[in-house]
Amino acid sequence: MIRLVLEKREDGTRWMSLLSPLIAVALTLVSGALMFAAMGIDPGKALGVYFLSPLSDSWALQELAVKATPLVLISVGLSLCYLSNNWNIGAEGQFVVGAICGSWVALASHGTVAGTPYASMIFPVMMLAGMLGGAAFAAIPAILKTRFSASEILTSLMLVYVAELLLDWLVRGPWRDPKGFNFPQTVMFGPEAQAFRLMGDGRVNIGSVIAVIVVAMAALLLARSLKGFEIRLVGEAPRAARFAGFDDKRLTWAVFAMSGALAGLAGIIEVSGTMGQLQPSISPGYGFTAIIVAFLGRLNPIGCLIAGVFLAITFIGGENAQIALRLPLDVTRVFQGMLLFYVLACDALLNWRVTFLGRKGAAA
Amino acid sequence: MTMFEAVLLTIVTAATPLLIASIGQLVVERSGVLNLGMEGMMIMGAASGFAVAILTGSSWIGITAAIASGMAMSLVFAALTLGLAANQVASGLALSIFGLGLSGVIGAPFIGARRDAMPKLDVPLLSELPLIGKLVFGHDPFVYASFALVIGAWWFLTRTRPGLVLRACGENHVSAHALGYHVLRIRLLAILFGGACAGLAGAYLSLVYTPFWSPGMTAGRGWIALAIVVFATWQPWRAVAGAYIFGGITILQLHAQGFGIRIPSQFLAALPYLVTITALVIIMSRRDGQQTAPGSLGKPFVPDR
Repeated sequence: MIRLVLEKREDGTRWMSLLSPLIAVALTLVSGALMFAAMGIDPGKALGVYFLSPLSDSWALQELAVKATPLVLISVGLSLCYLSNNWNIGAEGQFVVGAICGSWVALASHGTVAGTPYASMIFPVMMLAGMLGGAAFAAIPAILKTRFSASEILTSLMLVYVAELLLDWLVRGPWRDPKGFNFPQTVMFGPEAQAFRLMGDGRVNIGSVIAVIVVAMAALLLARSLKGFEIRLVGEAPRAARFAGFDDKRLTWAVFAMSGALAGLAGIIEVSGTMGQLQPSISPGYGFTAIIVAFLGRLNPIGCLIAGVFLAITFIGGENAQIALRLPLDVTRVFQGMLLFYVLACDALLNWRVTFLGRKGAAA
Repeated sequence: MTMFEAVLLTIVTAATPLLIASIGQLVVERSGVLNLGMEGMMIMGAASGFAVAILTGSSWIGITAAIASGMAMSLVFAALTLGLAANQVASGLALSIFGLGLSGVIGAPFIGARRDAMPKLDVPLLSELPLIGKLVFGHDPFVYASFALVIGAWWFLTRTRPGLVLRACGENHVSAHALGYHVLRIRLLAILFGGACAGLAGAYLSLVYTPFWSPGMTAGRGWIALAIVVFATWQPWRAVAGAYIFGGITILQLHAQGFGIRIPSQFLAALPYLVTITALVIIMSRRDGQQTAPGSLGKPFVPDR
């Protein structure tokens, strides 16, 4: 019998920390090829549809930016949480509540400000409302954790279902478009409430620019500020952080508020930028996929930017494969789950030196 | 059968999958491992159990397949968290995402297929007793299995030596290791047991409760099972209370909708989740709530040689 033994690595492994996500991606592709072969589909063709077709033309690249934007925004916030050992897994709910709060501004002002000087203020106010809404919703698991020590993992996740039901009620009930032939959706937002499109009638909107700015700000925060040091210290050495006088409860509040605000911002950008109205379902699971993005990006904002683009490829590839190969959309989730497995496994290779021992060594 | 009896019976069917899953998770957590992949293992059990039952025509083979798929899923989790000492929270989440996806792929050809629910056990004479008869004797085999699991888990954890060792691993893995116990091997067995229970709970959903396959049909039950373990303060008997309270709420909100109570249905549907949060807060804010969690819960363990 052969068994594997882990030993703590002491040597510097900077190059490996860049390499390990790439190995994880490669392993995912190989496993994906095997899975397609098992399903009786030509692996080369299927992988081409999944990973190359989203990069094929300028329309596809714009779509990629649109899909990557929420993933990047949310995952940057989640990285701050995870670095400090706060397990916010309810970003999907914060995304939805942010979208609801921002849309409230759009609906309340609908048809009243178009053409007035106030019109240009509507979108910024919507973004602000989205961020506040997301932050407030994320504050619930934060307060339950700091005040009552209830597990933030479970509370934040339960609130996802609550947020989705709230959205469902709003679009079928009080906010339904009275002239919408009974479809469960709100009115189309006025032009003043829709995110600014960057390229004429293209799909990319100002949200993608905002996401890049957020990445830069978060990278600065983590690398250069005291708060960034505090976040990393509380995560890596909670006892040392306590001796240093950092208040871990206040930090929990701060990172939940920040990640909730970013998820809420992503929500309102998605609704006002790509849909133009609220519908019963506004996310293909961005809040959950962003968890994978955060880990693939090694909890580093710039890493999240790259990883966000990669996972956006799987979303678009999944849609293309549904049309071209008649594959269920769930294959995308299989890819995403496998990717996270491999990322975690490869990360283990960073922290531990894995050696295989024969029976003799195992007895030691 | 009276309306009251009917409601009580449906509560039993709603509570049973929660109870089976939470007993599995309870044993896993008692060994010091937090497996957030419950939802993924459960829905894989539901999908593969239903698919195999349709293909073979036998519910029992379907159930076996569901248990096997739950265990296979949990083995992936064990390889990551025990073999490579990966982060348990992230690995569990990965398992849930992966399971939700893979179950959709497996189940896709079976959408719309129907099977008769498994027959209920009918004990002659006893099932005919008024009130008690139907409530105690007229259930499907899973209900009795769930209670056997509760008794078995309680007996194992509190009355046997291996159970004591398992708890020792959960309370303090360094000490357990120093005493010469194989922490990782014990945790592996606990994780496999948890996977088997999750698969069984999933099979109940697709073979008895609904009985058909629809994507995402677990609807957060795996997560609620995790919450029930906390609610039960890691005690098997209290898990019964937890599972039946949550099962009761699920059923009552359905009936409330049926009776035309003038509350939007979405608010009622949100009730089980809100009650879960409230229950977590109440349990954890009591002083003994925090102390009952296994001491090494969620911490990776790497034996030094």
